[in-house]
Amino acid sequence: MTQLLSSLGTVALNISRETGRVMLLLLEALGWLFRPPWRWRLFFKQMEFIGVNSVFVVALTSLFTGMVLALQTYYAFRMFSAETLVGATVALSMTRELGPVITALMVTGRAGSAIAAEIGTMRVTEQVDALSVMAINPVQYLVLPRIAAGVIMLPLLTALSDFIGVLGGYLVGVKMLGIHGGIFMNKIYEFVELSDIYNGLIKAACFGLILTLVGCYKGFYTRGGAEGVGRATTQAVVLSSVLILTFDYVLTALMM
Amino acid sequence: MATNQHMTAEPIIELRQVHKSFGKEHVLRGLDLAVPKDSISVIIGRSGGGKSVLLKHVIGLMRPDQGEVIIDGHDIARMSERKMAPIRRKFGMLFQESALFDSMNVEDNVAFPLLEHTSKSRREILDIVTDKLAAVGLKDKGHKLPSELSGGMRKRVGLARALALDPKIVLFDEPTSGLDPVMAAAINELIVRTQSEFKATCVVISHDIPAAMSTGHKLFMLFDGRIIAQGTPDQIRDWDDEVVQQFIHGRAQGPIKVV
Repeated sequence: MTQLLSSLGTVALNISRETGRVMLLLLEALGWLFRPPWRWRLFFKQMEFIGVNSVFVVALTSLFTGMVLALQTYYAFRMFSAETLVGATVALSMTRELGPVITALMVTGRAGSAIAAEIGTMRVTEQVDALSVMAINPVQYLVLPRIAAGVIMLPLLTALSDFIGVLGGYLVGVKMLGIHGGIFMNKIYEFVELSDIYNGLIKAACFGLILTLVGCYKGFYTRGGAEGVGRATTQAVVLSSVLILTFDYVLTALMM
Repeated sequence: MATNQHMTAEPIIELRQVHKSFGKEHVLRGLDLAVPKDSISVIIGRSGGGKSVLLKHVIGLMRPDQGEVIIDGHDIARMSERKMAPIRRKFGMLFQESALFDSMNVEDNVAFPLLEHTSKSRREILDIVTDKLAAVGLKDKGHKLPSELSGGMRKRVGLARALALDPKIVLFDEPTSGLDPVMAAAINELIVRTQSEFKATCVVISHDIPAAMSTGHKLFMLFDGRIIAQGTPDQIRDWDDEVVQQFIHGRAQGPIKVV
């Protein structure tokens, strides 16, 4: 019994210690947001890496998500002759939920893992120490550009994902299953509010913060050579994904 | 090599009663160290005995649990990162694995501290970079990536980068480990030249005893978290202590236990 309690306590302590360290890293990065030098070159490079280079994979997954959504809802809605609502359902699901989540999960896999691996390698090969020794703050140099780029690029990618998802729904619903195109679009206009879209974009910005911050954190505290870098990368992806889905629920509940 | 003038110079780096633990491991146990100005000091000791930890305290990458670290008159033991920045600029450091930025070529690596901390023009920076690379014998390697260089070349680029801002103090973390004897000798020669040409204070961490004896003006032996012996190479060679004698002669039997 005492053993159970003590292991529970250890887990709780570990969680609070990790949370505290993540928050301290975030606060330090935010502190550098208002202090020069601002590193525009690194910031643009990260926007390219996190954002531009993710366009293809986000577009592809969103297209198929929109398509399969249309297909599934069509078969369900046909049972009570509500096929015309397929477009609105796809659009609402994409903008409110799937656009932000799919984008965030894809970018986590692509960029979150790479951030952890890159900073982790720099840590174990003493490149992070080398920055400090040269009187350059590693948080300001490595962490802030990535977090800022994540917060800005994720909503943009999500907007793209929303659009392509609806496009996929249109292709399947109208072109393949023969729903009337005008009604399909009309129902979208009727049911989707502007708030559905920007609530989704706010979520996306939060996910962008989560996945870059977790990637940076895991990389920054990497220990133990190549194996440590591998571990940091895996943990970054797993922890980011879990946090994204958890915060998805929390944010949805808050914005209702 | 060693002269008395080096022994009497005022210390530029001073550690007083420094303690540092990692979990249950008490690595530095009340360490006192005074490094004289404009000289080469070599800290010898066993692998894993806290030499790198000691060096990281000197440059503020680690903070002591107790004690003072005085660099050029400033106690940095509890100084904020921001106040430390100008002090750090007095330092150059050559890392054990060179720690070159692998996303940049050789030239950009050496130019990096200059771009960050000076307002010199691109042209002036390029001139300095060429000078520093020439000083380490790598004039024509500027456009190579670190991954295309041998270990010895990376070390020399690391040294060129460390010297870019003409530091007062240059730290060397195991500069010759993993190098062939010829390259090791070349690096040792560079250390001697760095000290004499750039008028810098050099602190070298090493377990290469012959090299320490030939390049060092003053030797310190770190054992069990303290400095147990210090003096000129000759004084260390004749030091009346079993531990020191076992270490400098590299004997498996003696008071130092191999675990």
